[in-house]
Amino acid sequence: MRSKHSIILIAAAIFLTLFAFGCKKEAPPPPPPPPPPPPEAPAPTVSITAEPSSIERGKAARLTWSSTNAASAEMNQGIGAVATSGNREVFPTRSTEYTITVKNADGKSASASATVTVRAPPPPPPPPPPKPDLSEAFSDAGIADALFDYDKSDLRPDAQNVLRANGTAIKALLEDYPEAAFLLEGHCDERGTTEYNLALGDRRATAAMEFLVNLGVPASKLSKVSLGEERPVCTDEDESCYQRNRRAHLRLR
Amino acid sequence: MRDHWMRAVALVAAIACPSAAQQQPDAVIVLSDEQRDPRIALPEIRGPIGSANAVDQFNDEVWKALEASGRLDIVPRSFYPRSAPRKPEDIQVDTSKMPKDLGARGLWLGGWADTPVVARYLVYGQIDDVDGRLALQGYVADVSQESVEASYIFGKRYYSEANAAGARGMAFDFARDILKNLGLGEGLAGTRIYYVHRDEGDDRKEIWAMDYDGRNKQRITNYRSLCLTPAISPDGKRIAFTTFVEGVPEIYVHSLETGRRLQFYNQDASLNTTPSFSPDNSAIYFASSASGRSQIYRADPDGGNLRRVSYSRALDVHPSVNPKTGAQIAFVSGASGMPQVYLMDSEGANRRRISGGGGDAVQPAWDPSGERLAFAWTRGYELGNYNIFLVDVASQRYTQLTHSRGRNDHPSFSPSGTHIVFASDRMGSTQIWSMRADGTQLRQLTSRGVNESPVWATR
Repeated sequence: MRSKHSIILIAAAIFLTLFAFGCKKEAPPPPPPPPPPPPEAPAPTVSITAEPSSIERGKAARLTWSSTNAASAEMNQGIGAVATSGNREVFPTRSTEYTITVKNADGKSASASATVTVRAPPPPPPPPPPKPDLSEAFSDAGIADALFDYDKSDLRPDAQNVLRANGTAIKALLEDYPEAAFLLEGHCDERGTTEYNLALGDRRATAAMEFLVNLGVPASKLSKVSLGEERPVCTDEDESCYQRNRRAHLRLR
Repeated sequence: MRDHWMRAVALVAAIACPSAAQQQPDAVIVLSDEQRDPRIALPEIRGPIGSANAVDQFNDEVWKALEASGRLDIVPRSFYPRSAPRKPEDIQVDTSKMPKDLGARGLWLGGWADTPVVARYLVYGQIDDVDGRLALQGYVADVSQESVEASYIFGKRYYSEANAAGARGMAFDFARDILKNLGLGEGLAGTRIYYVHRDEGDDRKEIWAMDYDGRNKQRITNYRSLCLTPAISPDGKRIAFTTFVEGVPEIYVHSLETGRRLQFYNQDASLNTTPSFSPDNSAIYFASSASGRSQIYRADPDGGNLRRVSYSRALDVHPSVNPKTGAQIAFVSGASGMPQVYLMDSEGANRRRISGGGGDAVQPAWDPSGERLAFAWTRGYELGNYNIFLVDVASQRYTQLTHSRGRNDHPSFSPSGTHIVFASDRMGSTQIWSMRADGTQLRQLTSRGVNESPVWATR
């Protein structure tokens, strides 16, 4: 046993001696082994799709992307950092290419793009030509008063012509405005009396109404009222004014 | 009534020379002393000093009411003796003691019957204060009699508030009793005139009412619409009129006692108008265009039991029921061209024209006796220039009552038959006027706005 210990001790002493001499003599050290190169990161990949790839303006498209080996991801068009895989809705107002760029840990990047094509929305159905107000249409229809002789309710030729034109006009109006309805007012000049003129105005309204119905104006669209001498259009005491007041006047109901 | 016939005759004569009639109507009308209205003396009735204003008002209103009756000739006070009896016991009968001084004979009947007063009747009495109210003890004496008993015609006690309105009402009651007790009808005091009023610049018309003298004007309707053709039931309780409040002209009936609208069923027509009550208040006649043109119909006061009365191919409108018999309807028809006044019986038979043709003859209105019709006629004038005429239905004789170039229309008799109210534009705008039924004593009753279509009612 003793001999083994001795050998180890001797060897150690030799070694230490050699070591001590060695330092003094600056013998070039052996070059250190180069550091092992870090393990190379795998290159990133990315793909992106837009669904649908074509939208109407104002509608949304969904971008869906996935990547491998990516540490970060960034989307252009002002979107900025995004998850390395994910999806989001976009609302482009014009055709837009979305590019996603991913980087792996080594800064190696990869990009992919998807384009959302924006179609103009179909033109709105052309606005219907603006329909004038019924009362406007009526006042533009060329309606005139049918005029009468004093104390008479029969229709003179000129009154018949006026009523024919009125009838044509209101039949046309009824096509555009089926809801329209009309009132025939019978009026008298002031030279009669309140009482008789109520009866006479009524008869004038009736005569005009019957004429219009015979022209094909639906009776259900017409009603009548006598205003006697209560609502003159003028108050001069002369025949031209009296004549204007002896009238069947058509108005909207 | 006989007086009026004589006047009518006088007027027919007067129409032959109308200018003379217009300038001096009295000279033509007064035929003789016999036809004169009875002369009456109306000395002031004294009352408590504390109510001097109300008493003055009372005396004034009695005078006006008796004067307006058109049945009495009131002797001016300047002819009266200085004093008057206050009660029957004051009257002296011993004519031998009657003073020679005419002014001192006030307590003798002869002091009123003789010159210078020459009255037939004397109104006297006294007003006292009774618990703050006025109490009138009023009398009428026939001063042509010799004894107090024989002279006594009537005496009655009246009470009123001690203010102007109370005094006016008491005066109306007293005046009406004086006339009634003298057999001179009821006079005008207490009657009301209904009419259509429109403010200047406004196109709405409402029904208004006023006293016989144009005072106490009061709005009856408030529809803010056109309200036309008023008619009052003979009992004075209801008014019927035409209104446009629902669009087309139709008839509304109101109670004049409550002011409320009463039910009246309007048949389905573009025109229901010109109502007229039957004398027993049991029916309303009116015009309706249900058949296509205005014709005369009859209905119960609520519009039920409708029946067509006239069947013509012309316009028939404005019925007026004979207030005495209820059996005749005057109305206006265009059957012979221009509108004329027709008569038919209440079932529609026996149509006949009553106006003479020519011009417009419209707005028939019966006198209370049911014997005469007043109406508006343009005969002799331009279209629209109506004058008031009177026609005796039996004889069909006409009398022209107004002679104005303007428009004089819509006559209506006072309940007493002595007066006619009508509308006239003789002074410019259309206003309500009254006159005696012989065309004299014209009085303008309205002046503000435009006023037309008057009807004279009992109250």
